[in-house]
Amino acid sequence: MKSLIQQLVETPGPSGFEYEIRDVIREGIGADADDVRVDALGNLIARKGEKTEQGLRVMVSAHIDEIGLMATHIDDNGFIRFTNIGGINPLTCYGGRVRFMDGTRGVIGMDGLERGKMPKLSDLFIDVGATSKAGCPVKVGDVCGFERPFIDLGKRMVAKSMDDRISAAIAIEVLKQLKSTPHEVHFVFSTQEEVGIRGATTAAFGVDPDVGFAIDVTRTGDTPRPGTKMAVALGDGPAIKVRDSSFIADPRLVDWMVKAAKEANIPYQLEVLEAGGTDGRAIQMTRAGVPAGCVSIACRYIHSPSEMVDTDDVENAVKLLVKLLGEPILLG
Amino acid sequence: MTKKIDEALKIGAEQIELLEKLCNATAVSGDEHEVRQIVLEAVKPIADEVKVDALGNVLVTKLGTGENRVRVMLAAHMDEIGFMIVKKHDDNLFAFECIGGIDERQLPGKAVLVGRDHLPGVIGAKPIHMTTAKERQNKISVSEMRMDLGPEIGDKVKPGDRATFATRFEELGPSIRAKALDNRFGVAILIELLRHAPENIDLLAAFTVQEEVGLRGARVAAYAFDPDMAIAVDSTPAYDLPTWDAEDENVQYNTRLDAGPAIYVMDRATIADRRIVNLLVKAGEEEQIPFQFRQPGGGGTDAGVIHKTRSGIPSTSVSVPSRYAHTAISIARKDDWEHTLQLLHAALRRVTPDLIAGERRD
Repeated sequence: MKSLIQQLVETPGPSGFEYEIRDVIREGIGADADDVRVDALGNLIARKGEKTEQGLRVMVSAHIDEIGLMATHIDDNGFIRFTNIGGINPLTCYGGRVRFMDGTRGVIGMDGLERGKMPKLSDLFIDVGATSKAGCPVKVGDVCGFERPFIDLGKRMVAKSMDDRISAAIAIEVLKQLKSTPHEVHFVFSTQEEVGIRGATTAAFGVDPDVGFAIDVTRTGDTPRPGTKMAVALGDGPAIKVRDSSFIADPRLVDWMVKAAKEANIPYQLEVLEAGGTDGRAIQMTRAGVPAGCVSIACRYIHSPSEMVDTDDVENAVKLLVKLLGEPILLG
Repeated sequence: MTKKIDEALKIGAEQIELLEKLCNATAVSGDEHEVRQIVLEAVKPIADEVKVDALGNVLVTKLGTGENRVRVMLAAHMDEIGFMIVKKHDDNLFAFECIGGIDERQLPGKAVLVGRDHLPGVIGAKPIHMTTAKERQNKISVSEMRMDLGPEIGDKVKPGDRATFATRFEELGPSIRAKALDNRFGVAILIELLRHAPENIDLLAAFTVQEEVGLRGARVAAYAFDPDMAIAVDSTPAYDLPTWDAEDENVQYNTRLDAGPAIYVMDRATIADRRIVNLLVKAGEEEQIPFQFRQPGGGGTDAGVIHKTRSGIPSTSVSVPSRYAHTAISIARKDDWEHTLQLLHAALRRVTPDLIAGERRD
């Protein structure tokens, strides 16, 4: 699974520009889905199973976009000004390396770096080594993602865009391991989550599910001085979301997921995320409303070029989801 | 290569007269009646179907004649930023609130027109004679301002009435000076495109309401039309002014006057479908119509809700640039307006089912 994860996290795919990563996902799914389609916003939707009498139409959504940058102006000396795609912290930009979709590489610079002063995005620029405006290969509107290789620390893994490629890897693995299910499961590899849960909004309308889950990363409270108190920690198991600031998980689903984890002896933790949202909101709010939940992967340093997750959490998330999707869903 | 512009797609006296009528009308979000009447009068004789929906959007269908016609939605919002009367005080002074994005610092001393009868008033403020140097350093908040309508006229004003800036439309050589160019430009362009609708597509023109308060009209319009693709036609700020320090390059201008229609790649509400962006670029290049890219970044248009409708709709936006948007008065160029009309027409003529048949891709 680690080689799939490495391939997923090292493929660029800022929101709205998911065509490369979509091809990698399609290849990863291979012949294991019963049907694969792509909708107007670029969501890849892979169906597995037929709805039986005890079954439901289930949407499982993991977003494949990542945060990135877009060029807004090329100045007379060939420096590139940019804007953010998704939540970019200027603090993690300076000195960073980027790769444009056409392969052009560059570094992020800034003048007048002062100690103790938080830079603004407008203070920063991308330098692709051009010596003039005419010689700059980048045009206004071109898009880049951060470039940082995957590192395997054994129990822990680090990469850019673990948010949310780790969930895409989990979804692919679940799709492959799910040998029998009473449900018609639609695995949605969604686009444009980082700019406001847009892909999952149209995917949920199209799938029209009876019930749905997001898979996404969540923050942790296990670093030296986490600021906000949070019960989630790396290695404590997949996190069953109770709420985040975008939606409140259906309590019947939360109870059912907890029960299933206990039955199968899979470690789990409960997640209350005070700031952050997932595709679960889009599923819950589509059409006339849908019961929705979320399985989260604890992740440190989210939206930095070095996001860290725990290998056991990933494996246990796969186990939990395979169990959940293999059984009837009883909403008490 | 010669410019292959259809002579019909020109801005002449008739188009300017219509834009003048549109700009001078009052249509603050939620009460778009006046502009809607002008639109209905213009489109009824030329459309296959005209509907006014529950929110007040005007939905116009103009069918093409070819085979396999793509259903293309164009959206232009009819509403404008403005004010609402909140409370009447003694002496016919009225407390008010802003509707849509308005910089309060620009309000004192501005002439306004209140209600459907366009009653004249003024937003008052303490004159310089009475203020201290310290007071003049502070912003006056809108809650401290009043609209002054005076005796007799003020008697006809009640809470809930809308008001706009009193600016009247003027032609200044190659330029236009008016209020509400955002987005009467879009409205005028859609009417003109309906008059000269390309035969290869079904043109679904939505004249939308309540854009300035959160893209509300376009949301239900897109649901009703359920189109194959969409372009929002709007007006966007041009901040192409010199920097204080001549050594410094202006790197945040959004758009520039005289540089043609502004094609959107990304704003806060939409990441454009590049297939439509590329179509617009191709149309501009092949017909030698000038165009520019709006700097990616903030702002939003009706495309922000249209593209998320139902199972998703490939979308982008095209805007006419204008300076000083969302203030009492804006300046724009007739050429930019004409080129926007021509670019959209050229792009629509090139729409084929192949354009959106495949996957979204750069």
